[in-house]
Amino acid sequence: MRFVTIFFLQSVLHSASTQAKEINKLFGIFTIAAVLLLLFVSSLIIYICIRFRDKPGNPIPVQIGKNNRIELLMFLFPTVMIAIFLVLTIRTINRVMKPARGQPDVIITGHQWWWEVYYPATGVTAANEIHLPVNRNLLIEFHSADVVHDWWVPEFGNKMDVVPGKNNHIWLNITNAGNYVGACSEFCGAEHAWMRIRVFAEEEPAYQTWLDANKKTASIPSDELAMRGMILFQSASCGSCHRISGTFSKANIGPDLSHIFSRTTMLSGMMPMNEKNLHAWISDPQLVKPDSKMPDFIFSRDSVNAIVHYLTQLK
Amino acid sequence: MDETIPAPFQNMLPAKVLNRDQKLLQWISSVDHKQIGIMYLLLSLLFLVIGGGEALLMRTQLAIPNNHFLSPEAYNQIFTMHGTTMVFLVAMPAIFGFGNYMVPLMIGANDMAFPRLNAFSFWITFFGGGLLYFSFLAGGGPDAGWFNYAPLNEYNYSSRQGIDYFAIGLLLSGIGSVGGSINFIVTILNFRAKGMRLNQVPLFVWMIFVNSFLILAAFPCLNAALAMIEMDRQFHAHFFNSASGGSALLWQHLFWLFGHPEVYIAMLPSFGIFSEVFQTFSRKPIFSYAIIASSSVAIALLSFGVWVHHMFAVGLGNTVNSFFAASSMLIAIPTGIKVFSWVATMYGGSIRFSIPMMFAIAFLIQFTFGGLTGVAFAIVPIDWQLTDTYFVVAHFHYMFVGGAVFGLFAGLFYWFPKMTGRMLDEKLGKWFFWLFTIGFNTTFLIQHVLGLVGMPRRVFTYPDLPGYGTMNFISTIGAFMMGIAAIVLVIAIMKSRKNGVVAGKDPWDAVTLEWYCDPSPDRKNFDKIPLVKSRRPLWDLKHPENPDWKSKIN
Repeated sequence: MRFVTIFFLQSVLHSASTQAKEINKLFGIFTIAAVLLLLFVSSLIIYICIRFRDKPGNPIPVQIGKNNRIELLMFLFPTVMIAIFLVLTIRTINRVMKPARGQPDVIITGHQWWWEVYYPATGVTAANEIHLPVNRNLLIEFHSADVVHDWWVPEFGNKMDVVPGKNNHIWLNITNAGNYVGACSEFCGAEHAWMRIRVFAEEEPAYQTWLDANKKTASIPSDELAMRGMILFQSASCGSCHRISGTFSKANIGPDLSHIFSRTTMLSGMMPMNEKNLHAWISDPQLVKPDSKMPDFIFSRDSVNAIVHYLTQLK
Repeated sequence: MDETIPAPFQNMLPAKVLNRDQKLLQWISSVDHKQIGIMYLLLSLLFLVIGGGEALLMRTQLAIPNNHFLSPEAYNQIFTMHGTTMVFLVAMPAIFGFGNYMVPLMIGANDMAFPRLNAFSFWITFFGGGLLYFSFLAGGGPDAGWFNYAPLNEYNYSSRQGIDYFAIGLLLSGIGSVGGSINFIVTILNFRAKGMRLNQVPLFVWMIFVNSFLILAAFPCLNAALAMIEMDRQFHAHFFNSASGGSALLWQHLFWLFGHPEVYIAMLPSFGIFSEVFQTFSRKPIFSYAIIASSSVAIALLSFGVWVHHMFAVGLGNTVNSFFAASSMLIAIPTGIKVFSWVATMYGGSIRFSIPMMFAIAFLIQFTFGGLTGVAFAIVPIDWQLTDTYFVVAHFHYMFVGGAVFGLFAGLFYWFPKMTGRMLDEKLGKWFFWLFTIGFNTTFLIQHVLGLVGMPRRVFTYPDLPGYGTMNFISTIGAFMMGIAAIVLVIAIMKSRKNGVVAGKDPWDAVTLEWYCDPSPDRKNFDKIPLVKSRRPLWDLKHPENPDWKSKIN
C-alpha cells in the first residue's frame, strides 16, 4: 500500500498500531478492487466513445432497450462485490472495536479547544501532549466537557467521537515508538483548527520516567521574580480556570499547568513552547488565539514577565 | 389522432406587448410554470455565484498554511453558509426550476396542477433564502456547519443569532420544497397526455415523481429538528442541550434521517437528466427503462435506512454499525445498475458529442469514482479513518458537483433551446466544459490525498506539515479555474439569450414530448399533441415505418 501514496508523508496508510494494521489490510483489498473496477468502467466508456461516435453516413442504430442476460449481470456483479466486503467489514469491526473491560488506562477529555489527559492508575494529569507506552493494550476512554469533539491520530487507526454525556472508548496497541500528530476531527467551534493532538509513544522506561516526573507536585518558585509571578497567578484569578498542583489553583476549565514547561508546544499544538510565545499569549490572548476562553487580564509588562518566568520553572 | 386541448382562461391571457414595468409585474405575479421555472433557475444561479464566491474565499484562506486572510469566526460562517447555500438554495431551486419548466412539457400538459401553490412555493423559498442571508446584516451568519451539530448549535455555545436565522430560513424554504413536491405528484398523476401511462413517462419525469415523495418524507425530519432547536434556543427546552440533560446524538439522528435522503434528492433529478441526454445523443432508447425506474425507487426507500453511516464514529456499537454498513452497501446495487445502464445505452449507438453529452460522459467517470469512494465509507473501518477528513470533502464534492451539478449543467445546455428558442453558445460552452471539468478535478482529486495524510475538514487553517501547503495550493488553483468557468457560463447565457443560433422546435433530434411544442412556448404550451403510444412519442412520429409501439423495443 505504501507506494500507492506519497510514501514520505505522515498518512493513514502507515500503521503504527495493531488496530491500524487491521484497518489498512481491509483498505488495501478495497483499494485494489476499486481501482480495477474504475479502470474497467472508464476504459469501457472510452472504448465506446471511440467505437460508436457519430459519423456521417452512420445508419440509424438498432433500437434496443433491453437484454435480460445483461440486466441480470448488472445486478449480480455489484451484489457479489458488496457481499464480500460486508463479510470483511464485520470481521474487521469486531477485531478493532472490542468491548471495554476494567479500568481505563487513560481518560481523555475534550474541551473547547484543548485536550485534558488523565491517568487513573497514577493520578497524573496532563494536557494536549499525550505520553503513551508502546506494546501495551491500552483502554482509552473519552469524555467531553462541552461539545462534540473527535479523537484522531491517523497512524493509530480509528477515530472516535468525543460526545458529551456518552463515554466512548477505544483499544489501542501502539507498535512503533515515535512522535505522532493528530487533530480534533469534529467541528467544535471557532478554534477547531487549533485543537491538535501530539502523542509521544515511548518504550516502557521512558514512559515511566515521564510519569514519575509528572506525578510530582509543581516546583516551588526558586527566585524572587518567580515568586512574584506565583503570587500574581494566585491573586489575579488565573487559578479559577487552571490547576497547578501543590497550590490553591485546582480548576480544570483551562489546561493543567503543573508541568507546563516540560511540553514542547502550547495552545494545542499551535506554536512551540517558549518564553516569547508565552509572553505574547498572556499579554493578549484574543490576538493570538481569537475566541479562546482565556480572557485578557490587561497585565502590565512587568507582571507578564513575572508570570512567564514562574511558568518556565514549572517543568 | 391529435387531441385538442382547451386553453385555460383563454380570455384572461395578458396582452402580448408589454412595457418594462408591466413585464416585471408580470414576472413577479406570474403563476405560469415556465416563468416560475425560469425564476427558480435564476435564483439557483444567483446563489451558485454567492456560494461559489464563498468557496473561493475559503480556498484563498487555505491556499497557504497558517494564513490570516480570514478570521476563524469569518471562516466558520462562510463554510457553513457555503454548504447550506449549495444544498438548499442551489441544488433544490435548480431541481424545482427544471422540474417546473420541463415536467408539464414532457407529459403534454399546459401547466402544473396548482399554479398558485407553485408561485407560493417559489416565493417562500426565495424569502427563506433571503432571511438566511439577512443573518449577515443582523450580527453574523450561522457558524456551526450545514449539519449544525448539537450542542454547538445551542444558545450556550453559539449566542449570536445566526443559527436562529438558519433554522427559520430553512423552515421557510422547506415549506416551498414540500409545496412544490405535492404539485409535481398531482401534476404527474393527473395531467399526463392521453395515452401516456405512468410507466411511459420520460425518466426525468419519473425521477421528479420519486423525488417528490422523498422530499415529502424527508423534510418533516428536518423541520422537526429545526423546530426543536428553536425551542431549545428561545424557550430553553432541553432536547439537544447535553449540559442540561438533552441528547446531542438525537440531533444527529434527526438531521441525518433527513440529510441522507437529501443527498439523493439532489441526485435523482440529475439521474433523470442524464437518462434523457444519453438516449438522445446516442440515438438509442435508454437501456432497461424499467430497471432504471425501479432502482430509483429502491434508492429512495433505502435512503431512509442508511443515515447512521454519517455516524459510524460516534460510538454506537458494532451491531448498529454492521447493520448500517449492510444497508449502505445495498445502495451500491441500484446505483451500480444505473451506471451500467447508461454505458449500455451508449453501446451500439451513434454518439454525438454535443455539450450535454460531454457533461454526461464526464459525469459517468466521476460518478463511478465518487461511488467507489462512497462504498469506502460504507466499509466501517475505512470510514473510521477517513470520515471528517478532506477525503470525505472530496468524496461528496464528486457526488454533488461531479454528479448532481454536472447533471444540472447538462440539463441547462440540453433545454436552453427549448426555454429561449436559441442554442447556448457551443464555443463558449466547450470552454466552460473544459475549464470547469479540469478545475473541478484539480480541486477535489488532490483532497483525497489531503484526507489520507490527516487533514481534518472544517479547519480555518492548518500547520505547515509536509505536503499540506503544496496540495492545498493546487486545490486552490483548481477552485479558481471553476470560478473563471462560471464567468464564462454567465457570459454564454447572456450572449446566447438574445443572439444565439436560432434553435427551432427540435434541435437535438430528440424523442420526448417537450420537443413537440414551440421553442420558448407561450402561456399555452400545446394546441394539440399526438396520442402517446410508447415511451418515445416523437420517435414514433418521425419513424412511422418502425414505431416503438409496434416493435416492442422494451
